[in-house]
Amino acid sequence: MNKNDTLVKTLFVGISLCLVCSVIISSAAVGLRDQQKYLKQKDQQSKILSSAGLLTNQKSIEELFSAIEERVINLDTGEYEDSLDPKSFDGKKFEAEDYSRDPLTSIKLTTDVDISSLKRRENFKKIYIYKEENEIKAIILPVRGLGLWGTLYGYLAIESDLNTIIGLEYFSHKETPGLGAEVDNPRWKSQWKGKNIYSSAGEIKIEVIKGLVEPESPEKKYQVDGLSGATVTSRGVSNMLSFWLGELGYAKFLNRLKEEIERKESLNV
Amino acid sequence: MSKSREILLNPIFNDNPIALQILGICSALAVTTNLYPTLLMCIALTAVICLSNLIVSVIRNQIPTNVRMIVQITIIASLVVLVDELLKAYDYETSKTIGVFVALIVTNCIVMGRAEAFAMQNGPWLSFLDGLGNGLGYSLILIVVATIREFLGSGSLFGYEILVLTQNGGWYLGNNYMVLSSSSFLIIGLFIWLLRSWKTEQIEEPEYKVARNNLETKEAGTRV
Repeated sequence: MNKNDTLVKTLFVGISLCLVCSVIISSAAVGLRDQQKYLKQKDQQSKILSSAGLLTNQKSIEELFSAIEERVINLDTGEYEDSLDPKSFDGKKFEAEDYSRDPLTSIKLTTDVDISSLKRRENFKKIYIYKEENEIKAIILPVRGLGLWGTLYGYLAIESDLNTIIGLEYFSHKETPGLGAEVDNPRWKSQWKGKNIYSSAGEIKIEVIKGLVEPESPEKKYQVDGLSGATVTSRGVSNMLSFWLGELGYAKFLNRLKEEIERKESLNV
Repeated sequence: MSKSREILLNPIFNDNPIALQILGICSALAVTTNLYPTLLMCIALTAVICLSNLIVSVIRNQIPTNVRMIVQITIIASLVVLVDELLKAYDYETSKTIGVFVALIVTNCIVMGRAEAFAMQNGPWLSFLDGLGNGLGYSLILIVVATIREFLGSGSLFGYEILVLTQNGGWYLGNNYMVLSSSSFLIIGLFIWLLRSWKTEQIEEPEYKVARNNLETKEAGTRV
């Protein structure tokens, strides 16, 4: 018998190998954690800025992002939730998605309203507000929803009239490169600018249509070209906007904010 | 050719892990839509295979034979986690797209195959070179596949647009088949065909042959 094949030697090699490997891995994980967190945060911040068209090369992302106000809102009441600190509100994964798993902080969605296959919806959301001279210029709302292969996570930026879109930016998705992943194509993304969400009657009209938008169509201010070869992704994008801009999404908050802005304007006049 | 040079260069054309041994093609299918992530994947795999060969070779005389595969896989898995953490810390954008495939290097047959077949029998320096050679052999195929796929599928190389796509207002209609994983099979197949027409000694003996009238010749044989 080989001298290495004794029970003692086997246990010794096994245990010491495990110890050495675990020490190396855990020290790498701990040592690199801050750097990883920093990059992840920077990536997210750059997407938030770019959805609102604020990303420029002249200034660093930190500098640009310092102008953005973070607030936590309650989706059921539409009010700001100041008891929750936005700085520490971030979920472990993306944009507080973990809060949607906890029955205390989320509601279950029935299949007829769950058009974006979210299953549960968190009650609190962190949103981002960009102000210039104390006047709201852009509101950036996190959105998510099912595409073809998985959930798309992104930010929708709207103007202070709460109806005109500034941009839509995704920071995480699993769509097919070249087809569904064209949601990242700058040319496609540029179409969102200036589109309207609600009709004058208050209905959600914005959608990604199949094919190209007719230049003559009266509906064109609510429509965005479909991604060719990616019908399911296009529909996913439409659905997630309808969901998050609807009653179960940000509608209550947006209505309340609209009143607030109007009240402020009437005072100024 | 000296021994170490042979060990280093052989796996590139003469004994390529993907083209001749048909090992490790899973990641060759998945990460090769664009050149940049492919390059990072190649570096990651080459680093893992070099280090795992080196470590396995250094401790090979201490490894009990009945648990040697467990020991090898533990070493490989630790290295993979390390590479994955480093990637996340230094290139978050790319790690979002290839992260899961980096983690899957653990199951890449080339890495464990070399540890078992070469590093367990040879010294550290030669094992390191063998790892490097196999890593380069793997990288060669991946880079060829990724160049073809990115060029025909997205009209660009390393993300720089060369053929302007129709969706960006140009003339080139991207080949949608090339952005799907299955196109890698086609390209790897063509590559193997080219390689074997050049190096004919790589052509395998057919495993099964249909003989003409097997029974008749046998019967004729017994009759005589």
